[in-house]
Amino acid sequence: MSMPFYVAPEQVMKDRADYARKGIARGRAMVAVRYADGIALVAENPSNTLRKISEIYDRIAFAGVGKYNEFDQLRVAGVRAADLKGYQYSRDDVDARSLANQYAQILGQIFTHEMKPMEVEILVAEVGAEPDGDQLFHILYDGTVMDERRWSVLGGDAEAIIARMEETYSDDQTLEAAVKEAAAALAGPDRTLVADDLEVAALSRRNGRRCFRRLPDDVVAAAMAV
Amino acid sequence: MPLFTPGADPGSSFPELLKRIGLTTTPEVGATLGAEVTVPHATTCVALRFADGVVMAGDRRATSGNLISHRGMEKVVQADLHSGVAIAGAAGPAMEMIKLFQLQLEHYEKVEGMSLSLEGKANQLSMMVRSNLPAAMQGMVVVPIFAGYDLLRSTGRLYTYDVTGGRYEEHDFVATGSGMLHAGTVVKIGWRENMSRTEAVSLACRGLWEAADADSATGGPDVLRGIYPIVATITVDGWAKLDDAELATVFGEIASEVRAR
Repeated sequence: MSMPFYVAPEQVMKDRADYARKGIARGRAMVAVRYADGIALVAENPSNTLRKISEIYDRIAFAGVGKYNEFDQLRVAGVRAADLKGYQYSRDDVDARSLANQYAQILGQIFTHEMKPMEVEILVAEVGAEPDGDQLFHILYDGTVMDERRWSVLGGDAEAIIARMEETYSDDQTLEAAVKEAAAALAGPDRTLVADDLEVAALSRRNGRRCFRRLPDDVVAAAMAV
Repeated sequence: MPLFTPGADPGSSFPELLKRIGLTTTPEVGATLGAEVTVPHATTCVALRFADGVVMAGDRRATSGNLISHRGMEKVVQADLHSGVAIAGAAGPAMEMIKLFQLQLEHYEKVEGMSLSLEGKANQLSMMVRSNLPAAMQGMVVVPIFAGYDLLRSTGRLYTYDVTGGRYEEHDFVATGSGMLHAGTVVKIGWRENMSRTEAVSLACRGLWEAADADSATGGPDVLRGIYPIVATITVDGWAKLDDAELATVFGEIASEVRAR
């Protein structure tokens, strides 16, 4: 019987992490940023049909970067989990924290037990009734959960985008300002992104029961022209 | 979090998802309800088409045998942005059906990224009514009206159902529940093509008024408690419920008309 080569667990994990990180870095990034009345979600996405940002529940949105089929599978699982919980208990009992934990479980499980880790980074955002209740959970390919406060940057080149966000972010900004800021941070100094290159949505506190809405291209273009 | 292999995936259907994880919604077929057991029943609803879409209206009374069990029941509810359901029949299963139907429309919209067509929604409801058939055989009959604005055809459309889930599209108007004969007749006589919103609302209210006048299970406007029927319009801009102030005026006009006869 032939013996398999011994590979140190550290090496296995490192290889998997490198593999996932490389896959994610190939795609385009997205930014979620808080504004006075909610959370703006801005993704660089040339497609008008394959979405990176979508609605999970009344106050909760989902965003993913990396491999589309993998994060879309997670998105659908999230919608199912949220709708089931709301049906079994009450709409008030569905929260982003528990969804984020479930996502972390799945991603962590796949990272350690499957041949191939998921090449995704996801965000679960919840808008509170008051600004203090806004939550951003950023979950990595290996199941690491980060609870972020002012913004979340997902995808390749995150450090540079975060540095640009540091310079421009202000509390209590308008939706327009938040969209413009996020688009500028995604583009960087050498590029300009137009409305057509972006997928923009908002979780707005003032939008009734379902807080999630997509911003059409003309609204995005108007926000960026301010 | 529910994850499925591609072959076992329930797709965008919420009832199917419930089945896959073992939370079935079809009522158990067990002992039949005895004659002495009465459950609250919801009564009269009407819906009619007008120039910009449809009007739906339903009284607020629920009855258990000869008793009024609830004065403020809402039988006409929004299903999603461009449609609504009105329910007559056993209140418990009816409310559960509405809840599941609303959830299914929203679930589909979120999973697929777009809304079902109006016809698709009507067919969904048909399946839910059919799955209630075992309960209906035991007296828990639920017969809804479904109405909405068809964005593809730019018109209001109405559907009525029978106990077996049979789905019938009505062209101009529809009524259901114990007061359906009276309400339906009033609307039938008063209906014209291309009515205005005001005319259509007033006609629907008049139908409920006459039903309440002749049918003990249908409640009229309750000025004392400030309870008015639920009346809503569905147009290209979506569902809009009329507020009590407007309904008070509409019913005030009907009352003075009746008094002047």
